[in-house]
Amino acid sequence: MDNILEPKPYKILIVKKLTAIEWLFRVEFDEIEKINYGQFIQISIPKIGEAPISITEFNAEEGWIEFLIRKVGLVTNVLFELKPGDEIFMRGPYGNGFPFDENYRNKNLIVVAGGSGCGPVRSMINAVNNNFESVKNMEVILGFKNEECILFEDDISSWEKKSNIITTVDEMCKDGNCSLGLSSGLVTEHFSKLDLSDLSNVEIVIVGPPKMMEFSAKEFVKMGVPEEQIWLSFERKMSCAVGKCGHCRVDETYVCLDGPVFNYTKGKYLID
Amino acid sequence: MSLKLTKKSFSNSFDKLKEIYTIYAPKRSPKQGRFCDTDIIKYDVINSSDEIVFNEKSNYAAKEVLSPITETLFYFTDNEYRAKKIAKKPILMFVRACDINAIKRFDDIYLKNGGFVDSFYAGIRENISFALMECPSKGWDTCFCASMKSNIVNDDEYIFGIQLGEEIKVDIKDPSLTEIFDGSQITYHVPVVEENLISVKIPMISNKDVQAKVKDLDLWKEYDKRCIKCGSCTIACSTCTCYTSYDMSYTPDSNAGERRRINASCHIDGYTDMAGGHSFRPSAGERLRFKTMHKIHDHAKRFGGEHMCVGCGRCSDHCPAFISFSTLVNKLSVEVDKLNEEDING
Ligand SMILES: Cc1cc2nc3c(=O)[nH]c(=O)nc-3n(C[C@H](O)[C@H](O)[C@H](O)COP(=O)(O)OP(=O)(O)OC[C@H]3O[C@@H](n4cnc5c(N)ncnc54)[C@H](O)[C@@H]3O)c2cc1C
Ligand code: SF4
Ligand code: SF4
Ligand code: FES
Repeated sequence: MDNILEPKPYKILIVKKLTAIEWLFRVEFDEIEKINYGQFIQISIPKIGEAPISITEFNAEEGWIEFLIRKVGLVTNVLFELKPGDEIFMRGPYGNGFPFDENYRNKNLIVVAGGSGCGPVRSMINAVNNNFESVKNMEVILGFKNEECILFEDDISSWEKKSNIITTVDEMCKDGNCSLGLSSGLVTEHFSKLDLSDLSNVEIVIVGPPKMMEFSAKEFVKMGVPEEQIWLSFERKMSCAVGKCGHCRVDETYVCLDGPVFNYTKGKYLID
Repeated sequence: MSLKLTKKSFSNSFDKLKEIYTIYAPKRSPKQGRFCDTDIIKYDVINSSDEIVFNEKSNYAAKEVLSPITETLFYFTDNEYRAKKIAKKPILMFVRACDINAIKRFDDIYLKNGGFVDSFYAGIRENISFALMECPSKGWDTCFCASMKSNIVNDDEYIFGIQLGEEIKVDIKDPSLTEIFDGSQITYHVPVVEENLISVKIPMISNKDVQAKVKDLDLWKEYDKRCIKCGSCTIACSTCTCYTSYDMSYTPDSNAGERRRINASCHIDGYTDMAGGHSFRPSAGERLRFKTMHKIHDHAKRFGGEHMCVGCGRCSDHCPAFISFSTLVNKLSVEVDKLNEEDING
């Protein structure tokens, strides 16, 4: 019997600094066929600890996965000291991920992501961008605090070639003038620019800080989007990621097992 | 087959059992109690039949055998993980009906939840057999097992039942044990505690909207001042399974260290803390609500079986603020009845 808590060693391939405290790590991985968009991995450093981190991109042919990691504490501090060639330990993938085939295929997919919430949705947006026939249309709103916080600029410019991409910053742009292609204001202020003419065909994915997800979901419901067509990805404190430690539980739901992605009909009750 | 045994004969049987099993039972540690000059009764390995505390309820639950307060999971040497080795010798535990049912709740989480099996727990669990100890006819003053249906144990869930009072009686369920016990044949079966001194009415929450409204009840606010968020209730609880894992090095500059897990409590600060300083359920009342609902609603809803709470009453026994869990649940029942009615009447 496999020990579900035992992590395995994998080699770091690339470390890329996106902002001062958010770096991209590309790591070797061997169980890529198991991965679904929006799932996460337990990254572990012996003698330091473990932390759940979303898989932001994966490549089966080349055998790697990528993480967007924010430097906030014990494990992530040590990760920021590592370089290509060093080993980290991992177990997973965990969680359900986004139900792309079941629910989003051939639909108008709208993705709203705030800050590091771009991490969990990036692999799905990239996949759609590479195979645009898989959806009817895709539109994306990305919200960041300010211009310096913008993540994945290369990906964004490639998405812009095919989709309506709105990149907005909360703080007013410098001198009141945003750089080319940039908007300002909260993500919700841009919902009117989305194509919601066929409400029956739209599926909306929202990932970001709790308040941003709550206000965005409520706004879409106000605009007539059925609750069944809205999806959120939750973040909770986790220790085990396999339904044993209890930290991520809300009522009868374990976010690590039943989430992190929830349909809004269920997610709206997951308040505490 | 049931037998009446002399003290001497039981002591001999115990020694024979000891050859097969590592034996755990409630054991007295003098003067280690919560108040000065009080004893503590908790589960430990015992070597003689005299050590079994039969006439009192143990202060701590049987769970410690399966889920120690701190437990090493992995040893690190350089960059290698080595899982803890689990002893293969069978374990015999002297327990009450509620303890056996409590361990079934542990099984829900450690063996079933999400389809993931925790190897450390499973490794010990598969070695365990139970001896069912008879309780006083109504249990002890804080017990409410009859209300929680944890007063009942199936015959195949224990290898023998036992009364260890003035008289010693055993009811042998596992035929391979007949050679171990020597006494005169009688009729004996561990009686079920049909009724306790207190009874608890479990609230029936009719739907998700009512469940959401329970969170806003004024009832919880009363406990904001009373509960001191100490977590004693969850440590004493027969069914609290939560833990946090943490790593340590043997010395600051060594390559060797361990990953351990330590019992966690949803009553204590830090249980839900996330990066960026965000946490959930800051007030004592909200935490008490979270725990209560887990025990008498959420667990059963998830696993479709009995409630997590087995009515052992140890949370009430241990609370320094004298919060009685049974009283709380009965009060909640009254409020939930009102919410259900409001929900029907719109
Ligand atoms: C499903 C999921 C996906 C995630 N995906 C990502 C991702 O893609 N990228 C990413 O960067 N993060 C992600 N996270 C968040 C990440 O797991 C946490 O930030 C994690 O805590 C980082 O671990 P750490 O050991 O570095 O930080 P920790 O040392 O655990 O510290 C993190 C924070 O916890 C609090 N804290 C810790 N210890 C204490 C203490 N003793 N007292 C008070 N507060 C304390 C502090 O607020 C601190 O900032 C995800 C989380 C989940 C649940
Ligand atoms: S959530 Fe609270 S009540 Fe439930 S098992 Fe964990 S510590 Fe115990
Ligand atoms: S209910 Fe009592 S024992 Fe439990 S945390 Fe509150 S004060 Fe402590
Ligand atoms: S993270 Fe441990 S139960 Fe979900």
